[in-house]
Amino acid sequence: MARALIFAPKTAARGDVIEIRTLIAHPMESGQRSDGQGGLVARDILRKLECRYDGVLVFSAELFAAIAANPLVSFNTVATASGTISITWSGDNGFAQTESVMLTVS
Amino acid sequence: MQAAIAAFVGNAPLRDGRVAFGIAPLVDNGNAVPMTVRVDSPMTEAEHVRSIALFNELNPNTEMAVFHLGPRCGRAVVSTRVRLATSQRLVALAKMNDGTCWQHAVDVIVTLAACIES
Amino acid sequence: MKTPVFAFALLVAAAHADPRRSGFDDMSASTQALQRDDTLNPALLWLKDGEQRFTSLCVRCHQPQAMRGVATRYPAFDSRLKRPVTLGERINLCRTRYLESKAWGAENEEWLGLETFVANASRGLPLAPPADQRLAPFREQGRQLFVQRLGQLDFSCAQCHDQNAGGRLAGSLIPQAHPTGYPIYRLEWQGLGSLQRRLRNCMAGVRAEPFAYGSAEFVALELYLMQRAAGMAIETPAVRP
Repeated sequence: MARALIFAPKTAARGDVIEIRTLIAHPMESGQRSDGQGGLVARDILRKLECRYDGVLVFSAELFAAIAANPLVSFNTVATASGTISITWSGDNGFAQTESVMLTVS
Repeated sequence: MQAAIAAFVGNAPLRDGRVAFGIAPLVDNGNAVPMTVRVDSPMTEAEHVRSIALFNELNPNTEMAVFHLGPRCGRAVVSTRVRLATSQRLVALAKMNDGTCWQHAVDVIVTLAACIES
Repeated sequence: MKTPVFAFALLVAAAHADPRRSGFDDMSASTQALQRDDTLNPALLWLKDGEQRFTSLCVRCHQPQAMRGVATRYPAFDSRLKRPVTLGERINLCRTRYLESKAWGAENEEWLGLETFVANASRGLPLAPPADQRLAPFREQGRQLFVQRLGQLDFSCAQCHDQNAGGRLAGSLIPQAHPTGYPIYRLEWQGLGSLQRRLRNCMAGVRAEPFAYGSAEFVALELYLMQRAAGMAIETPAVRP
């Protein structure tokens, strides 16, 4: 379980556009680095980030080796109704992790 | 990079504008370069950005990220941090729901830290 | 006739202005932005981890609020070991002495997180090295290490960081090297690391055999560096290129 943080407001008015910042600890090993013994360190990156708002996919990102380690991805979503915002990260070597935050919409 | 852009754009018309690629022109360290892409769009059901793609010229891999948006985003603004191997040109491309594509290219100078790990 | 007095006072104040700069001031605006905003700083991942670890391990003896000010006084003299210890060492000693655990190894992620949490509790406070006389010989040893030439390139720390601070080395601005923000998120490492890791990079840079992690030389050097930076505000966790 990698450390992950989601920064999003806890409350919002209906119709507000809120910013969601996501951060996760991951080396994003590009597969280009030398391992010091003539070979390359194997690629190990996150490939996808998905944001679901009460189960509905509202945003996703395909990530490639150029994304810096400990990736930050921030985006916006409209506060439609109170519910759960969940972020799922997935990638090489079967990496899959989901974190959620609650949003109260008035 | 042109081939990757062509693959993303397909037959759609490609124009400059509507996309603002925010990134420092002179970068402290190429290992973690913050950047924000803003696309001018109302993000309504009728008119919105479907995807934003980031390309580079001189890294080992041309694609950096592809973001998939929709009207539920409210605003077409995405931020992340990328790795840049060397000074080069970067392009942010936005594909709209009406099929048109818009782009913004920036040239970035990358410096590296002097005292690195051995 | 108040104006001339005021002007004279300003002049005197300017003449005595602190010439010291944090590495923060030498960075580009976008890197500074990473440090300023806690929601952008990658070090937050370690900080949050450290906070959780503190509440599960350390609260049996320590209140989190009591950690404020602690980092300003380190390295400090440890009476049992009869020598100075760094903040990181102190945390590890707590583990072995009071929690019956094995010591963490160098650059252990959990250890870094905890050190980040404790140092962050003093963010904004000025470094206040203790006036403990027992530290004096070790601090002097640190000063000597700072001015002594090292490595194939035969540079001393002082040559770059005292005499040539503000100049350039291989395109990078040479900072004054005040350790106000450790542990730092170094963009070059794409991770969080300790002062000793950074010092080892410096030594590798002049092609010297780096001192071992936890060595007496590093403790002495840190003691001297903290005195050199006395009064400057703690920035932990800092971001550096």
